[in-house]
This record gives sequence, C-alpha cells and structure tokens, in this order.
Amino acid sequence: MLTFLLRRVAAGLVLLYVLATAAFAMMSLTGTDAVRNISGNTATPAQVAAKTHELGLDRPWISQYGSWLGHAVRGDFGVSWFSGDPVAASLALKVPVTLSVVVAGLILATALSIVLGVAAAVRRGWLDRVVQVLAILGYAVPSFLAALALSVIVAVKLRWLPATGYVPFAVSPSGWFQSITLPAVSLSIGVIAATAQQVRGSAIDVLRQDFVRTLRSRGISERRVLFRHVLRNAAPPALTVLSLQFIGLVGGAVITEKVFGLPGVGSAAVTASTNGDTPLVMGVVVYLVFIVVAVNLLVDVAYGWLNPKVRVR
Amino acid sequence: MTNPPGETTPATPSAPGALSRRGGVGRRLLRNLVAVVCLTVLALLVLATVFAPLLTSHSPTRPSLLDTFASPGAAHPLGGDSVGRDVLARLLYGGRVSLLGAFLAVAVALLIGVPTGLVSGYYRGWVDAAFSWVASLVMAAPAIMVLLVAIAAIGPDANAAMTVLGVILAPGVFRLVRASVTSVREELYVDAAHVSGLNDLRIVRRHILPVVQAPTIIQAAQMFGVAVVIQAGIEFLGLGSASEASWGAMLNEAFANLYIEPTLLVAPGVAIVVTVASVGLLANALRDTLLEGGHAAPARRLRRTKTPDSPPADSPVRDDDGDALLTVRNLRVSYPTSDGEATVVDGVSLSVRHGEVVGLVGESGSGKSQTAFSVLGLLPPEARREAEGLSFGGKDLRRLGGKAMSGLRGRRIAYVPQEPMSNLDPSFRIGSQLADPMRLHLKISAGEARKRALALLERVGIDRPERVYDAYPHQISGGMAQRVLIAGAVSCDPDLLIADEPTTALDVTVQAEVLDLLRELQRERRMGMILVTHNFGVVADICDHVLVMRSGKVVESAPVGQLFANPHHAYTRMLLASTLEDAPTRTPLDDGTPARTTVQEKA
Amino acid sequence: MMTNPTPRPDTPAHGSVLEVDEVVVEYPAKGWRTPPFRALHGVSLDIRAGETVGLVGESGSGKTTLGRAVLGLAPVREGRIAYAGRDISRLGARERRALSDEIQVVFQDPYTSLNPAMTVGDILTEPLLVAGVSRGAAGERIRELLDQVSLPADAAHRLPREFSGGQRQRIAIARALCRDPRLIVCDEPVSALDLSTQARVLDLFIEIQERTGVAYLFITHDLSVVRRISHRVAVMYRGEIVESGDTRAVTSQPQHPYTQRLMLAALVPDPDRQRDRREQRRGLAAAGS
Repeated sequence: MLTFLLRRVAAGLVLLYVLATAAFAMMSLTGTDAVRNISGNTATPAQVAAKTHELGLDRPWISQYGSWLGHAVRGDFGVSWFSGDPVAASLALKVPVTLSVVVAGLILATALSIVLGVAAAVRRGWLDRVVQVLAILGYAVPSFLAALALSVIVAVKLRWLPATGYVPFAVSPSGWFQSITLPAVSLSIGVIAATAQQVRGSAIDVLRQDFVRTLRSRGISERRVLFRHVLRNAAPPALTVLSLQFIGLVGGAVITEKVFGLPGVGSAAVTASTNGDTPLVMGVVVYLVFIVVAVNLLVDVAYGWLNPKVRVR
Repeated sequence: MTNPPGETTPATPSAPGALSRRGGVGRRLLRNLVAVVCLTVLALLVLATVFAPLLTSHSPTRPSLLDTFASPGAAHPLGGDSVGRDVLARLLYGGRVSLLGAFLAVAVALLIGVPTGLVSGYYRGWVDAAFSWVASLVMAAPAIMVLLVAIAAIGPDANAAMTVLGVILAPGVFRLVRASVTSVREELYVDAAHVSGLNDLRIVRRHILPVVQAPTIIQAAQMFGVAVVIQAGIEFLGLGSASEASWGAMLNEAFANLYIEPTLLVAPGVAIVVTVASVGLLANALRDTLLEGGHAAPARRLRRTKTPDSPPADSPVRDDDGDALLTVRNLRVSYPTSDGEATVVDGVSLSVRHGEVVGLVGESGSGKSQTAFSVLGLLPPEARREAEGLSFGGKDLRRLGGKAMSGLRGRRIAYVPQEPMSNLDPSFRIGSQLADPMRLHLKISAGEARKRALALLERVGIDRPERVYDAYPHQISGGMAQRVLIAGAVSCDPDLLIADEPTTALDVTVQAEVLDLLRELQRERRMGMILVTHNFGVVADICDHVLVMRSGKVVESAPVGQLFANPHHAYTRMLLASTLEDAPTRTPLDDGTPARTTVQEKA
Repeated sequence: MMTNPTPRPDTPAHGSVLEVDEVVVEYPAKGWRTPPFRALHGVSLDIRAGETVGLVGESGSGKTTLGRAVLGLAPVREGRIAYAGRDISRLGARERRALSDEIQVVFQDPYTSLNPAMTVGDILTEPLLVAGVSRGAAGERIRELLDQVSLPADAAHRLPREFSGGQRQRIAIARALCRDPRLIVCDEPVSALDLSTQARVLDLFIEIQERTGVAYLFITHDLSVVRRISHRVAVMYRGEIVESGDTRAVTSQPQHPYTQRLMLAALVPDPDRQRDRREQRRGLAAAGS
C-alpha cells in the first residue's frame, strides 16, 4: 500500500511538472504581445524595449523557464505583470474561495448520487426513470446556465440567497455557507447526473453477482447485503467517474465564479488569460493542477481501501 | 448454469459492442421514436443556421439604438438586445459558430483518438504505454484551464480554441477505443482469425473495427454535446471572437443585463439545452440500438407448450414418507416473457429425509437449478413460484415472509454454489464472511465466532486456517474457496444442504476430495441434501436417490442402484448411454512407437 | 476436396505430422524485475498423420499453452516445434499465415470463438477468401462443409447466437475444416457441452478423422473424453508431460503417481464401481502420506 501511495505521489508530481512546463512553453513561445498590452498603444518602441527587458522577455526561453522554475519550487510565482501584486499572495486569498465551492459541490454530488443511484438500482420502476431523466437534464444543462437560472430565480427574484459575493468562513460561517450554496449547487448538478448513473449501473451489476445470492442464502438481511456488500463493491467504478468529474468541476468553477461574482482562482484565470499575464497564468495552472493531484491522491487512497486487490497482493 | 430464467443457451454476447450487420443500423434507429425526434430536431437546427439569411433579414451584428431591449414583435420576433441587435438573427447566425465549433472539436478528437487507440490496443507494448501516459496526463488537466492557457497564448480565436478542445477530448476517445480493442483482442474468435491466416489489417477491419464503431459513435455524440457547452462557456467568459455572434456571447450579453432584462437568457439558453439534450438522447438511443439491440432476443428456447411426455416410471413422491425433512409437491416456476409466460419448472415433486442425499440430474435447461433455488426462496424477483405443497421441517415455506425465510436460510437450509470464486465477496476477508452469519444466527460473540470459524476451516481440510481466515478471496485457490463455501454452509448446523453443481468448476482430483468432504459432513451431521448435477459420476458417488429432469419435468425418480441398473425412461437410458466411461477406447494406429514413456516424478 | 490444392511437403518416413521437442514457453511477468512465468518446462510430443493424441491435465498444467504454442499464439523460448519436418516455432507473421492451410483450431468456448456480429456464412468464408478462393467456389465449399457437420444449409445466413452450444461447436469445426488442414488443435472442444451433445460431437470428430485422415492434438481435462477419442495420450502436470503412451495402457495401468491419482479421482457412473474406486483412492492417499 505504501509503495502504491508513493508511486501515486510521484506520478502526481510528474503531472504537475509536465503540465506546468507545457503551459510555460505555450505562454512564452506563442505569447501574445503582452508587453504592448501593458505599455499601452501610445508607447514608443524604446519604452516597449525597456519593458521587455524589465520583464526579462529578451532572454532565451530556456533561461526564462529556468528562473521561473527555480522560484516556483520555492513557492514564489513572481509578480503579476499588470497589477504588480505578488502572485502567490493574491492566489492564497483566492484558493479558499474556489476550494469552498468545489469541495462543497463535490460532497453534495457524492452524497446525492449515491442515494439516487442505489435507490434507482434497487427500486427500479419510476425512481429509476427519474434518475435517467435527471441524467439527461444534468448533461444538457451546462453548469453556468444552471448557475444563471438559479441566480435569476433564487437570488434576484426570490431574494433567498445572495446573488453575488463571497463571505470568508472566518468572518461569518453562515454568510460563508449562504454565499457558496448556489455556486456549489449549480456545479454539482452535472456531476450528480453522471455519477448517479454510474452508481446505478455498478450497483445493478453487483446485485447480479453470484456472491449476493450466496450471502442471501446464508440468511443475511437484505439491508445488510445492500449497505455492506453491494455498496462496497459498487463504489470503486463510481469513484473513478467521480474523480474525472471533479476535474471537470474545477474547470466549471471558473465560469461559475464569474456568474456569482466570487473572487476565486477562476476569475483570476480569466483576467490573466485575456491579458497574457504569464506569471499569473502560471500560478493559476500550478494551483489548479495541485488541487486536482491532491484530490486524485485521496481518490486513490479510497480506491485502495475499497479494493483489496490493490491493497494486498 | 445458475443463470435464471433460461438455463438454455445463455447467449452471452462475447463482444458487447459488436455491430450486427444484419437489419441495417439506420433502419433500426429509425424505428426508435426518441431517435427520430432527436434527429429531426438536430436536422432542423442545422438547416436553420445554414439558411439563416433566408429566415431573417436582420444582421446579427448591426446595433440599432432604437431597438434597444425591443420587445418581441413583428419587427423582431424575439426582440432586441442591449444595443438593439435582433435576437433571432443572432440566434441563427450564432448557431453556426456553436455547431461548427463543436463539430470541429469532435472531428479533431476522433482523428487523434481512434488511430492511437487502435494501435495502442492492438499492438500494446511500449507504444501503448507511451500513448496511455500522455492520455492520462491530458485527462488530468481541467479542460477550461487548458483552454484558458491556449487562449492566453494564441489569442481569442474560437476555431483554434475548439481545435484545442478536440485535443483535450481525444484521450477519452483513445481510452474507449483502446478498451474495446483490448477486450476483443482477448476473444477467441480473434485467435481463430490469426490461425485462419488473416493479416493484421484484415483482422482489424473485419473483427475489431465493427466492435469499436458503436461505442465510438455514441461517444462522439456525447462529446458533441460537451463541446457545445464548453464552446458556449468560452464565449460566455468573453474569450471568443468578440465580433461574431454566438450562443455563448448572447449569454454573456444577457448576463451583463441580468437585472435589466433577464429574459434575454431564454433564447440562447433554450438553444443550448435543446441541442445538447437532443444529442444526448440520440446517444442514448444509439446505445440502445447499437449495443443492446444488436444482441436482443437471445435464443432462449423455453418450452411454452406441454410436451407429451410419457408419465414417470414410478411416482416421484413417496407419500408414505412420515419423517420427510422437505416435501415439494407439484412445483411450478415460470417467468414472464414478451409473449406470455415461460415455464422452467413444471410439476416437480420430491422429498428429502434426514440423512438422505437426493440428486437432481439433467442437462442445461432441465430446470434442476431452478428447482433448488425455489426451495431456498432465492429465485429472481420476476419469477413466479407455485406449488401444491412446499414444506420443510413441518413449516409451510409458501407462507413464510421474507424475514422468516431469511431466518431459515443459512440457519436450517444452507446452500453450496457452483463457482467458488464468484461466490465470495471480493471486498471482505474470508474470516468475516464466515463469522458474520454465525454471529447473526447463533447469537455468539465475535471471539466465539472466530474460534468456530477457524475450527470449521480446519474441519474442511484447510491446513493453515488462520492464514485463510485473514485472506481475501483473490488470494486463495478455487478448490480452497469451495471448501470455504462448504464451511460457511454447514457453519450453523443446517438440516438441509442444497448443493448446486458443487464440483463442476473444480479439477478432477479436487472434485473427488470435495465430494468426500461433502459426504463426510453429511453423514456426521445427518443432513438431508439436494445435489444438483449433470454428472452421473457424481450421482453414483454420493446420491441415495435420483430424479432425472428434462424440460422442467421429472422423467424418472429412483433409488440410485436401481437407476443405474435398470433405467426405466428412454431419456435416462439415452443419458446413461452418452456417458463415455464405457465407450470403446481407440486402438493405436500401429505399433511403431514405444507403448509408454514415463517421467519419474521430480521432488 | 480442396478447391485450391497446393503442393504439400511430403510426410517424413516415420509419418509424424507434428514433433514437439523440449519446448519451453515463458510469459513475461507484469512488473519489471519479476522473473518471467515459465508455463512449459521442456515438453516433447509427436503426432502422426491421422492420429489423435490426447493431452490431459488439470487447470494450470500447461496443456492449453502447448496447444497455443503449436498454433503460434504463445512465445516459444527454447526447443523446437516441427510441422512435417519444418521448424515452425519461430516463424514470421507471413510464414505463419501461410501455415493456416495446414494447422487449424477448435476452441473450447463456442460462445466466444465465433464473432457474434458475423453470419455463419461469413465466418466460414473468411479463411477461404484469405486463401484466394473465389466467392462462388467458397459458397459451394460452405454448403459442403455445413453438410459434413450436419447443419442445415440455411445456417449460413444466420448469426451464431441463433445456435445452441453444440451447433456452434459444429460451426467451429466446419471453420477448422474449410482449408482442409492436416492437423487440428482441439482445445477442450466438448467440455462446455451437455452430456448427450458431447457424445455426438465426439462422434463427429472421429468420423471426420476417419474420412479425411486429419490428425488431432486433443486437449481436455476429462479422462473419459480422452479415452473415447485418443489413440495415444500424454498426461501433463505442472508444465511437464509426466507420462505418455497408448491410451489403453496409460488409462488402465498408470505408472506415474500423478496419473494414478488422476485416474482414481475420475468418477465412474456406477455406484458400486465408484465405491471401489473411492476405497482404492483412499488407500493410495493413505499410503502416500
């Protein structure tokens, strides 16, 4: 199990490194004229050249990359070209916002998709059809459209919850909860649809297995068969889907943050991307991939715990 | 053989994705109402965007201050937006951008994913390892983030962004194709094609592509929906081509005016949802038609009419039986089918006394396993069980509720299945699977249950009980697993043991040992036993009384000695004649070779 | 019979179609640094024209691996497999394909050995088209083949799933026969079948052999099957052949302890004889321990 975990950690670090390098290469090799964006249209060629030198863009690519990497491993992602703020410090404020929304959405999605999926698998009939319809709806309604609709109905028309803004947990737990409820709900809809389908499918598969009949033949109660044995065996494939969905969730957060005016990593990413603000873009990439790697690691641990074939040889 | 309803020809589709070449996929799809509706909607959408200039005279981009937030009316069927552009025109022209972009992404994904998947799955080796590694890398990156980086690098260009999206989606296609190829590659018919002298290209074209085709088409449809959504997302974030109309740009504009005119959300929102829902439903319909439809209607040959069998040679029920442990009288099991009802057990009667082993013999589809499961109360929910009498130890099993039956199962009636490996829960240690039912039924402590389980494991001939107790099922052999299952079955001292082909999956030498074990346990505890088998050798070895079944009926019932010495029914005689034990041996071709060579057993 | 007769190498004087000489098969293990898995430890065997050699053993004994090695589907590490005197153990893909005229196969599972998406006609035509037979001639040949294996002529237009296990195995046999091979590797071809079907399919195998003179390498775990079909038998245990010889001699008076155990463990469909055999087996086990 330990070597298994170490291998996964190593794989995660490699992923982080490769993606960051690829992003840096794309940013600097085909980069838009960020310098001109910064200096403005009225800047003289001399001013542009000076700015280029100041940002170190006249150095060879490999040397730019080397110095970025050298600082990045020490947690220093440089200074935003536009705002002049240190990237690490400003992202440190934004990451909790994004994480709150994403993790809340994930928890909500996990809980609901297990309940819906298992219920549909066991009861079949109308409940099963409801889950199927939900799956199509969740697939067809993009999370930002759901976000817009929720924002219009729940926040603007009904005024039940705030339409925009973020309240840190430390300031007011209830305010925090209210501010992330709509974003989390709108994010989770698609995930629930996909994952509930998967849970349903794998639960039905497990229910058909021979060992379920044998468990029943030994007088184990139906509830115990379901919650102890079926759920446990149906979990690993559902977990795989969930981890893929989570990656989508991180992406979806970028748009949802815009709808609900949340000062998260996503909004920073959009601004940085339009401006061609390399240090900020790189910071965002590293933070987001790091979150993905961390969650995948958790999923791997859960997977190993659930599946003895991974854990014990 | 333990599969419910049709024991006959379990027409398992070996390649779940294979497209059937018969009956035209297109024609079968057209018979699906949902598919027809979705295809119509999508066709209309495409036509409407292609012929946008014919449907509206407005320009999608020219602002008109007079028409700012115009209400829907004759001039503007869907009204005007914040700068007075016609919403309908924007919707129609915008559809071009959205649909073309999605199409582009899907095309790129397929172009990359299909060939790499085929090569990876078919040739494996280091190519596969490399491709798979790259795929997992791309899949781990959030799509929107990659798109943002790409846009930051190459500037706002919708088509470029969609090409990048295609690259991001490609690993999904790759994995799917690779998985399908890997699964068919293992199929024996691909081996047979190799032996038939087909070259790789032909094998891929004839045997592998057809299997890959269906899931790939379905995935392509789903990806199209995803691409429409992401495309709209990019435009919504204002990262698309600013000058062009698109559904996402319309949403962006509506969002900016959310407090002034929220209804602007409706037109682009509905367009996106309708498009994506149609594609999604189409994908589902395709799945039904291509995957399940291709294998529907398995050749399940169940008897629907009463076969004019000659009556059994002697009465199967020994009514005089005072001390019968189990009596079954006139049992019928049937399943609902599309055209009525299929009867798999048809008027079976039998009785088992304490300490008696009754064999149920027959070929597949004879209803022997279904009879056994009827007694256990473990038929699938759709099955219908009727009987004139079904009593066990004086209790009428027909009247027992689920809970009471659960209390009886495992405690007084136990079951030994056929396939040892698939009958243990792979996620739990063997010890807990043994001890749990004991604690439940015998109300004993965990420690006591453990002690008894270890003693049982030792009793069934397992050398190191502690090790097996702590092992997971995948760590032990099939023979050992069957011993564990037998230990579990006898753990609560049942009165009746029902064994369904308990040795069929085992090697010959293990089979003999397991039969010895069953016999010993049965004698030592004076259990009644029903043994379901197709093997007359097993019957001869262990049974006291035998029922020969065919097509759900008992054709002959006799004590074991009598059955072998003097079979009455023609079917029994035919079966006995089919056993090869006394068939003539073939003589060697000539005597040119030594009659025998033996290798001395190595230590 | 052959629509496109090709000259065949002459059978060597001693009449062996197939000679397997000290063959070792190894499969690479999963992780690197783990040693490869050795499935066969130097196995030797020969089959003469028109002869059936039964290969008996339990699961994991290597009997299927030997069959696959003969078919070129398993990696031969050491030793030599010779067909009609020519070494075929390390052929290139093209040469191997050319051999499909000579060596054919019938697999165990009639459900996965036929492509479910192809009609029976297509399944049978495929090997003929590869051999360059015209479509018309192939159609003619298929009618002939279906007749030989006692299937109705209209079977060609149906899908495998419309047939029972025994019928599917007949289709597989027809496919093996369509190029008129001289050796067929039969890997447990009757063990998935019902008792009465099994007997009829075995009769078909024997009838075909008597008519065409094809040789069989007949792999099975069932001693009664081997006794019915084989002229000679080889017993495999843990990747080695422990005993081989005339079927009658080996099955009635086994010499190797493993063969003895195997014979005594086989069940007899007769209560009294089975009781005797059981006692004998217990006697042997008691003596052995």
